[in-house]
Amino acid sequence: VRYRAVMRGQDDRRRTRPAAHELARYEALFAARTRGMKSSAMREMMALTERPDVISLAGGLPDTSTFAPELFAKLMSQVAAESTARALQYGPTEGLQATVECIVEVMAAEGTVVDPSEVIVTTGGQQVIDLVCKTLIDPGDVIVAEAPTYPGAVPTFSAYQAAVEQIEMDADGMPIDALESALDRLQSQGRRPKFIYTIPNFQNPSGVTMSLARRRRLVEVARERELLVLEDNPYGLLRYEGEPLPTLYSLDAEAAGRGGVSDLVIYLGTFSKILSPGLRLGWAVAPRAVLEKLNLGKQGADLCSSPLTQLFVATYFKECDWREYIETLCSLYRRRRDVMVQALGEHLGGRAKWTTPEGGLFVWAALEDGIDTTDLLARAEGVAFVPGRAAYADGRSGSSSMRLNFAGVPDDDIREAIRRIGRIMGAETGLLGTLTGSAAAEPASAESPSSAPAPETQLDERVSLADVVPLPRREPQQRPRRQQDL
Amino acid sequence: MSVAKKVAVLKGGASLERTVSLRSGARVQAALSRRGHEVLALDAGPELLAQLQESSPDAAFVAMHGRDGEDGTLQGLLETIGVPYTGSGPAACMRCTDKVLAKYLMREAGIPTPEFTAFKESAVKDLGVGAALGDIESLLGLPMVVKPASQGSALGVKFARTSEELPAAIVGALSYDRKALIERYVPGRDLAVSVLDGVGGNDQKGPPASPGPPLALPVVEAIPREEDFYNYESRYEIGMTTFVCPAELDAATTARAQELALDVYRLLGCHGVARVDLMLDEHSDELLVLEANVVPGLTETSLLPLAADAAGVEFDELIERILASAFTR
Repeated sequence: VRYRAVMRGQDDRRRTRPAAHELARYEALFAARTRGMKSSAMREMMALTERPDVISLAGGLPDTSTFAPELFAKLMSQVAAESTARALQYGPTEGLQATVECIVEVMAAEGTVVDPSEVIVTTGGQQVIDLVCKTLIDPGDVIVAEAPTYPGAVPTFSAYQAAVEQIEMDADGMPIDALESALDRLQSQGRRPKFIYTIPNFQNPSGVTMSLARRRRLVEVARERELLVLEDNPYGLLRYEGEPLPTLYSLDAEAAGRGGVSDLVIYLGTFSKILSPGLRLGWAVAPRAVLEKLNLGKQGADLCSSPLTQLFVATYFKECDWREYIETLCSLYRRRRDVMVQALGEHLGGRAKWTTPEGGLFVWAALEDGIDTTDLLARAEGVAFVPGRAAYADGRSGSSSMRLNFAGVPDDDIREAIRRIGRIMGAETGLLGTLTGSAAAEPASAESPSSAPAPETQLDERVSLADVVPLPRREPQQRPRRQQDL
Repeated sequence: MSVAKKVAVLKGGASLERTVSLRSGARVQAALSRRGHEVLALDAGPELLAQLQESSPDAAFVAMHGRDGEDGTLQGLLETIGVPYTGSGPAACMRCTDKVLAKYLMREAGIPTPEFTAFKESAVKDLGVGAALGDIESLLGLPMVVKPASQGSALGVKFARTSEELPAAIVGALSYDRKALIERYVPGRDLAVSVLDGVGGNDQKGPPASPGPPLALPVVEAIPREEDFYNYESRYEIGMTTFVCPAELDAATTARAQELALDVYRLLGCHGVARVDLMLDEHSDELLVLEANVVPGLTETSLLPLAADAAGVEFDELIERILASAFTR
């Protein structure tokens, strides 16, 4: 092997072939928006938790093992017998009529009347977020979201180079006065948000539900300021207690007085949580002008969502009592929520605070300040969760919080996972307490559920979520530069 | 061309740098194939040693970063089963991977490195480290950088701007490693100098039996594109950080950085290849060595390939050259 001599110092040959190195070569070709697309350290860490010995509370998973395999086989056979050619063919971009009818039925079950012609079937709810951004967001445009917000929306917002303004929630959801101040501030800066992104029911990740008064006020604010609202409602039908609240879509339709059609709310629904995420079927209901753009955007993205799974849904709705299945899910998830909340009281009581959601899939827990849940994940043996930072567009806030999924995990695993979290947290707080000389930070006894905040009363007391679950919004820190490749 | 070899590329593993390692490994495999070698890709898992025994390759190319791959564990085991491997031996790996040990050795040898202190998690309770936090602050000043002693990535690296932030930063770092390193923060320019063993002898028919003297590659400077912390994400994603190679430094600083890198390479007993990270202190213009990495990244955004390229050593040639280090130990 003959190697060229390696020169010390500057090498003039470099200048004669500037594109030689792959880094420079690709960098020149990448779109500016890819700069906002990051893989994260957190994802590296999450990848490591995908092992059989790890109990994961990290996913956003429903429990699909509750769907009978025999029923699945029967329905698929029926789809084959009745419509093989259609199932294997492309379909209309807006979705199959039969599937849209199911969607209208699901929304009616939540008291929302929609015109089938304003529905578009999408590839999961996630595609709605993508299409809405594609339709509305130019680089630098503002999206107002809740803090914390759906971790899966953050990369989508970044990909469209949106500036995300997050409003801290309390136990009643997004405080509308805080929203208005933020909107005023943005206006004074000459920046107009394009839409407000909210998950009003059992919010992901916080588990909090927006109160009726705030829903009404949010719709008023949107109408006063001519702002669009993206109402993300995957879990509305998964309510375990309390009275269902009207959707923002229906409240706006009422205010608009156009016979059941909203003109400022884009509604996002999905079959993922009430039936199956593997179907990859969601939908949007939107004002006609917006809907047309969403449709054009979808044509460019994937032409249509799978007719095969759309026909499965239509057949399922025709042959089965879909409400009954949701009831089965609700009773299962209600029990698991109770198991998790009880385990939290047992193992983290007095050392953490958490929400007790009235529905949905998630509990949001905040540990004491100074505990970074991303680091905790590194220390964690055999348990995984979503670190709170994932729910903040700045990637830094929410660092002492975590999202815990109770829906997709059996009771015993929930108890064991929470016990493990309690143990590693005890190790961290014990260390911290020893370093700072505060005895209070010693690991609490596992037998002290009485010191837990009474979870049942948290939401009823209507205290600020900031009191229940402190979500400090930290100023972006100017971090010293640090360099090192591997 | 050298004689074609059967090379096992060891990558992946269960460290926090698994993904990066898989990316490095994939590029190594492609390069080795292009050079006519027989490539066996092995994602390190419970069967790794059995797979190596069974396939008995001519050499193992170590592309595993972080725990096990970089800390001497793998190297020691490869020696035990008699498989020649690329890069540094177990002792050098341990000296480099343990940043604390490396820094003590550098300090003893008179190589400038930022002022520091370090302790194990057990000392927090058993020796009452809390009582010394004030002394640590007086010694190092604010802000301080707290790192897990052996973590290769930026995970767990924390900055304590105030006394109040220090305990949590220490606890954070200790989540990744049993030992924490607390270092004076050096504001300035981030530099990296990769070192490659020279080519020993002129035998065209086979690889040389002993390496030539190590050579320092051109200096790379990493410039964060945004105001943000040069973090884990930006380090591996194209476009988040601008790398300049050769770094725009005066000739004396360049020579000094390369000299320091070579000193560290020899001091720690590295073999084949290593990357030495330095800071150019913006106040004193002094060059300070942070650490040495024995399994430098080989992804498309890594600094070693960039530096080699700037020196006229293209990627495939670089890989061939690192492979040669398996036979020159």
